[in-house]
Amino acid sequence: MLTRRGVLGATGAGVALAGTGVVWPGSSKAQPAGTKLSPGVPSGVDSYVTMKALPGKKPLIRLSDRPPNYEAPLEYFRTTITPNDEFFVRYHLSDIPEVDPKTYKIEVGGEGASGRAELTLDDLKKMPAFEVVAINQCSGNRRGLSIPHVAGVEWGYGAMGCARWKGARLKDVLDLVKLKPEAVEIAFNGADGPAYDKTPDFIKSLPVWKATDESTLIAYEMNGAPLPHLNGFPARLVVPGWTGTYWMKHLISITALTKPQGGFWMKPAYRIPAGKFPVVARFVSQEDAASTPITEMVVNSLITGYREGSKVKAGKVIVTGLAWDGGYGIRAVHISIDGGKTWSNAHLGEDLGRYAFRPWSFELNAKRGKNTVMANAINVIGQTQTSALIFNPAGYHNNVIQNITLNAI
Amino acid sequence: MAVPAFAQEQEITLKSGPGLEEVERNCAACHSLAYIPMNSPFLNAAAWSAEVTKMIKAMGAPISDGDAKAIADYLAKNYGA
Repeated sequence: MLTRRGVLGATGAGVALAGTGVVWPGSSKAQPAGTKLSPGVPSGVDSYVTMKALPGKKPLIRLSDRPPNYEAPLEYFRTTITPNDEFFVRYHLSDIPEVDPKTYKIEVGGEGASGRAELTLDDLKKMPAFEVVAINQCSGNRRGLSIPHVAGVEWGYGAMGCARWKGARLKDVLDLVKLKPEAVEIAFNGADGPAYDKTPDFIKSLPVWKATDESTLIAYEMNGAPLPHLNGFPARLVVPGWTGTYWMKHLISITALTKPQGGFWMKPAYRIPAGKFPVVARFVSQEDAASTPITEMVVNSLITGYREGSKVKAGKVIVTGLAWDGGYGIRAVHISIDGGKTWSNAHLGEDLGRYAFRPWSFELNAKRGKNTVMANAINVIGQTQTSALIFNPAGYHNNVIQNITLNAI
Repeated sequence: MAVPAFAQEQEITLKSGPGLEEVERNCAACHSLAYIPMNSPFLNAAAWSAEVTKMIKAMGAPISDGDAKAIADYLAKNYGA
């Protein structure tokens, strides 16, 4: 049984802590983060935030340490694939053990299964392997841009990343324990846990249909390398199209349920008001009259080539960006340089699959002075971004059409 | 005075005032104090009070009634809207 105690050095003397948090071997100087922040996050963020390079990572925006919540700056989204050392870090709970791959095990079973299984990392790697290029985006990405502001981790644009994930199919693992027809959900737990025993552990479930989707993987490789410690080593769930809350890191148990998973992290956390968002994928066993769990990402785009207010040379300017959705595929990215009166198509770049970032570019003839650029992504089922924020108290699903100003000289 | 719980955790210096001691003693036991300036300055007194209640009811934080009030008042006064 994995111990919840970390393998740390000293905690602060005299401070009573249940958990021991994250190892920071060595140190790196903190740099101010101000210019890296997304415009619109609460002003309190700028009062303390710095850039910091965690072990194995390039500098990220250090929103918190315990638990770690580190966001990628805009510059790391200028490649379609986000390198492991530029990938954001997000945890709910502060006790994050270093997992020993030699003793690591995933326990598989539950009332909704006829059998039980225990998989080591080697067992997992011996199973048929599949790859998917998929975006992991925190449900709360862009929460910091909500108007009005809402409580929570005040992410700007950067709580997301797109990687090539490799692992065993969850479906194949579930086949080992033979799901019963009455199984409704599959629940997941990771090795990380709360600092205090009474805090609910982070446990999430998926509907059986999504769990058994061919693209849902237990991944042990990210961009051709073992998962970084802070992105879930040695194995994590990969749920393409769905928000990051389901992508359980340091996966240690998979449980087939005949009744819906309860607990704080399924309700009231991670829910959106019923009927407010045009999502297709539903988590029916978890719905109630007022709310439903967040599921697939909403269609969205990000201008990456220039920050708001950038100076450019008048004349030909190529604006680049990314577009994505919940897995249906991007059909077009529409660009307006006249404040939304007229729109033209951006050029769509390499298609790495429906769960990946789609790069795009747009050439404009920048006139001296202010030039505005708006981007609106449309997916193959006709969903578009929104011109007005669809407000919700948790700050989820922010896909307002972006509007930046370039100053041409 | 902010005390990092272990070496390398970012040092957060919160504003001085009544209630700071209760905040540091209760809140820092489980998580960074960074969450406080991060969530400012837009939460009003009712919203800060709701956050403290969430820590107790949803997260199981063992905070006494007296401390809870001192914490909520401190947050509203120093980090509130």
